Amino acid sequence: MSPASFDQGTPAGRVLAGLAERFPAVEWAAPLGDPVARVAREGLVAFAAAARDAGLDTFIDLCAVDYLARPAGRFEVVVHLLSMEPPLRLRILVALAGDDPSLPSLTGVFPGANFYEREAYDLFGVRFDGHPDLTRLLLPDEWEGHPLRKDHPVGAVPVQFKALEPQ
Amino acid sequence: MSNPPDIVTGETEAPGLGIPGAAPPGTPGDDARRRTHDLWLTGTESPGEMGRFTSEGAQEMLAEEAPPVLAAQMGSLVGDDYAVAVVSGTGDTQIINMGPQHPATHGVLRLHLELEGETIRRAKPIIGYLHTGMEKTAEALTYVQGATNVTRMDYMSPFFNELCFSLAVERLLGIEAPPRAQAIRVLMTELNRVASHLLWIATQGLDVGALSMMLYGWRERELLLAFFEKVTGLRMNHDYIRPGGVAADLPDGWEDDVAAILDEVPRGLADYVALLDANPIFKQRTVGVGIITPEECRAFGVTGPILRAAGVAWDTRRAFPYSGIERYEFEIPVGGAGDTFDRYRVRLEEMRQSLRIVEQAAAAMPRGDYRSDDLKVTPPPRARLDQSMEALIHHFKLFTEGFKVPPGETYQAVESPRGELGMYLVSRGGAKPWRLHVRGPSFAHVQALPVMLADSLVADTVATVASADPVLGDVDR
Repeated sequence: MSPASFDQGTPAGRVLAGLAERFPAVEWAAPLGDPVARVAREGLVAFAAAARDAGLDTFIDLCAVDYLARPAGRFEVVVHLLSMEPPLRLRILVALAGDDPSLPSLTGVFPGANFYEREAYDLFGVRFDGHPDLTRLLLPDEWEGHPLRKDHPVGAVPVQFKALEPQ
Repeated sequence: MSNPPDIVTGETEAPGLGIPGAAPPGTPGDDARRRTHDLWLTGTESPGEMGRFTSEGAQEMLAEEAPPVLAAQMGSLVGDDYAVAVVSGTGDTQIINMGPQHPATHGVLRLHLELEGETIRRAKPIIGYLHTGMEKTAEALTYVQGATNVTRMDYMSPFFNELCFSLAVERLLGIEAPPRAQAIRVLMTELNRVASHLLWIATQGLDVGALSMMLYGWRERELLLAFFEKVTGLRMNHDYIRPGGVAADLPDGWEDDVAAILDEVPRGLADYVALLDANPIFKQRTVGVGIITPEECRAFGVTGPILRAAGVAWDTRRAFPYSGIERYEFEIPVGGAGDTFDRYRVRLEEMRQSLRIVEQAAAAMPRGDYRSDDLKVTPPPRARLDQSMEALIHHFKLFTEGFKVPPGETYQAVESPRGELGMYLVSRGGAKPWRLHVRGPSFAHVQALPVMLADSLVADTVATVASADPVLGDVDR
């Protein structure tokens, strides 16, 4: 999907076309009709800030996906932004290499990214540079590993039952 | 215990206690303490030590420890980086810990509150106590089984979880539920919204001291749960809305039950208004409490009644309609102050609007199939299994292997009683999702609690947390 194919007749299309014009390096796609922007990690913060200023100012979601062996990079960080007026959703994808899953934090642009980034760090081991408090969120601090990675099998952690007193 | 632990506040610079609870290397207590720590983590008690250590901790050793170490182990000293930094700072503030076992935190939410006198200066939510890895579980279940898993996330609005999951799967499959299934979905989810808000108003009343409100809220909710049980067989965790349609048609006589609900619940709502709307105690506890602005809502992803109470007429049902909801008439109630009282007003009106939708859905319920006629996702009717070998094989394959979903990814959002419930579903062509991420509204709302709580009184914490209506099953997943 080329930026020229955005429907300039609709307010939502104009928002996307404006972003596409400002960021020529961003790759656009529209699977199932959803606008998707693929951004390099270096350009993520600038792009997200521009999207926020263009009206996509509601932070909806951030999560990671582990694609294991994938030429474009093992991990993908997926950000969802929402514009209320005009109604528009934008998905931002950032591909990350398996041996260096790190990207700049979005907490400076959207304070709401805080917990979502901690969750992605906790479950996938993706590091967010510049995050104010990148600690585990859902799992105990002492937990080892990142269980939503695909190489972490279900049932990898044995369930501990209460130790019995030897008779 | 002869020597009760001191609760350490302010100065924690006791000798060898740079970090509370951590003695410097080489001190007598260090080895023993580390052993205790290891035991708690690994659970590898050797038989020789069994007399001293239990799986609940080293009971005898606790008494031998120096008091601050003891306090840390007993949990009376907050062993968290955030807390430590603040406590050793000015000395004018104190940290109190609320939860996770606190009746007014609506589950297992834990809050660190930094107080200056009676005023909350900072708050920090700590979550994860209910984390059960449901997103990982979803990757091990087929799409047929998936709705069973997601329905347990936000357990106060199970129909919405199932609906969101089903819509996402249907979107990737490229199918649409038949008209009757769509109308049943709207009917059940809007009734679920009323049930969820009734539970909220009951607990909000209880949390600010209106005990009778809780009993009334439960009374009306019971009607709805009884109807859910009649339709789905269960009072919660229904697994009723599934990819392709719904699990079963509405039972005989459902019109009478819905008519009874439409008659009874509005009468209850009028009672609540009479009880709360001009109640000076209720207003004192809620007006101007827990304020959040529209800008803060957007930055933190706060949606639903909290956003509408702040004055933004945003509703996913209106902007991104699903399941034919655009065919029904309803209003979006909006507040202005963004405080707890406005949230009460917004939710009360939402119940009336949901009942309006239910009335329209019941009056215009289409005839026809209650699930898709796409044989790929719909099992053959039970009667066919006795006649046709192929139907039996088809049935067996569908419930063992499941159906395959074309590769792709989609984000599907629905307007749950708490706000935007979204699911990001990634398929790589198999019969199980490659990844299912759930964007729970409560997760964003718990994150925004510090904004709502900042500079309010500690006594307002309970009212504010209740007005955010967090469901911890949705937060921790």
